[in-house]
Amino acid sequence: MGKIIEVEHLVKKFGDLVAVDDVSFEVEEGEIFGFLGPNGAGKTTTINILCTLMKPTSGRATLNGFNVVRQQNQIRHSIGVVFQDPSLDIVLTGVQNLYIHAYAYGVPASVRKQRIEEVLRLVGLWDVRNKTVRDYSGGMRRRLEIARGFLHFPKVLFLDEPSLGLDPQTRYAIWDYLLNVRKREGITLFLTTHYMDEATVAHRIAIIDYGKIVALDTPEALKRMVGGDIITLKTGNIDVAIAEIHDRFGIDAQWDREGVFFEVPNGEEFMPLLVSNFKTEVHSISLRRPTLDDVFLKLTGHEIRDEAGGDTAMRRQWAMRTARSRGGGMSH
Amino acid sequence: MRELRGLYIIWYRDLLRFWRNTGRLLSSFIMPLLFLVIFGSGIASSMTGLMGGGGNFNYIEFMFPGIIGMVVLMAAIMSGVSIVWDREFGFLKEVMVAPMSRTTVAIGRTLGGATIATIQGVLMLVFIPFVHISVSIGQVLLILPLMFIMAFALTAMGILIASRIKSMETFQVIMQLLLFPMIFISPAMFPTEFLPSWLNGAVKINPVSYAIDSLRQALTTPPPGMPGFGMSLFGHPMSIAEDIAIVALFALIMVSLAVWSFGRQE
Repeated sequence: MGKIIEVEHLVKKFGDLVAVDDVSFEVEEGEIFGFLGPNGAGKTTTINILCTLMKPTSGRATLNGFNVVRQQNQIRHSIGVVFQDPSLDIVLTGVQNLYIHAYAYGVPASVRKQRIEEVLRLVGLWDVRNKTVRDYSGGMRRRLEIARGFLHFPKVLFLDEPSLGLDPQTRYAIWDYLLNVRKREGITLFLTTHYMDEATVAHRIAIIDYGKIVALDTPEALKRMVGGDIITLKTGNIDVAIAEIHDRFGIDAQWDREGVFFEVPNGEEFMPLLVSNFKTEVHSISLRRPTLDDVFLKLTGHEIRDEAGGDTAMRRQWAMRTARSRGGGMSH
Repeated sequence: MRELRGLYIIWYRDLLRFWRNTGRLLSSFIMPLLFLVIFGSGIASSMTGLMGGGGNFNYIEFMFPGIIGMVVLMAAIMSGVSIVWDREFGFLKEVMVAPMSRTTVAIGRTLGGATIATIQGVLMLVFIPFVHISVSIGQVLLILPLMFIMAFALTAMGILIASRIKSMETFQVIMQLLLFPMIFISPAMFPTEFLPSWLNGAVKINPVSYAIDSLRQALTTPPPGMPGFGMSLFGHPMSIAEDIAIVALFALIMVSLAVWSFGRQE
């Protein structure tokens, strides 16, 4: 399988702000590729460039062999987009939304009706197809957007924060539909998210922070970077516990609200050793495998969920939001 | 071919939205009905007296083409709202990644808005029996292109403004600021002959004046010897063709600006 997306030294600046900072990566045809990072990291900006909604300041990007700056119409035929914010015509019905999309993208009249029925059934909206979108729930709207996204047989489906604002149950349902679509259509999924559990769906993940890719690998390999498993002890006497762990195993443990914690290569085998002869009183012991949260923390030095924690992060996010809504990217 | 397809679907969507919105359809009747009732019964008698009385001047007959023009004007400018609306509800993004040029989008929307405004203008013809004027099929066929060109010009203007504006509130304010002068500083409601010259100058700058004058000429016959019934420019009384040429020129300027602004902005 070939490369469906190739990005080389991509840069996007909004005034002084470098939203995307010399980013390079490749996406294989048929894979699920994830961009993981906090809000304002440059995920949406990168997607906007790949979707021809913005021009890069410098660098090169191709999709399906087409240049994103020079071959906009070919790119637009090759992609489907599920935007972060809703983008349906809520005055029209589900099927009308799809009809307009199919027509605009030149889906031949002979297959149009059949294709619309197919995608509506695939996302479970066939029964409500003639209802006005205004009456759809959040999850139904998202599913309709997904159906619309792959209606015209695109090569790549972009999903910008596909489960933002949805409750966990709906999130799982959406992903059921999405994975089903991918299996049936063999389409490449390009996903951005700041939900860790969502990112693990991807075959490969690029972790992006302050406009730079800080790591790119499979979720398993990324987790291995953190080291081993994390053991947490709840104890009444933190100092003594830390000292004892240090004396017996030569491990420097840390502590936070949850208790004393440290990393070992193989937690399951380590636990019996630990408890067999431990002097300090322990209330509970837990073992946790590393998550992408830990990977992110290790690589960037901050947690993903304090998105706008720092002042710079906050300013970054604002600057990019306004730049996007102004649509300033297109004019220069 | 691709652009033609885009043009059609953008136009089609506008019409589909219009048909699905019965409220918009109904409300387009209310304002002109009020005008016809209030002005028609209340002001008509005094206006007729002012105009020299006699059986020559029928104010309702005079006003009716003005009402049609007003309906077309409001409907056309309001289609700019749908652009602002699309931006707020995000549908504009879907349009922006579709494989068609910005020019196609802007022209398609202008055509859609102009079609809707023309339909609303045509619907006003149901009032004909109530205003006691006789209108032939030929006259109806004549005002169709007149209404459409007027609607096209004003829709393009609405889209031009909407492409520069981000919030619904701002758009509403600007529309109000434009709408009322364009209606009332025109011969829509009264003959402009008796206006002070500075105001008459404003009437002549207002392109809506010529659009309404063309409708009036197409639908009614001026009573003999009545001054100020029709528009004139530099002392030259305007014909329908001359009126609509001015409106068409205005349409061309507006749609060019709208296309330029839309392409640049998004």
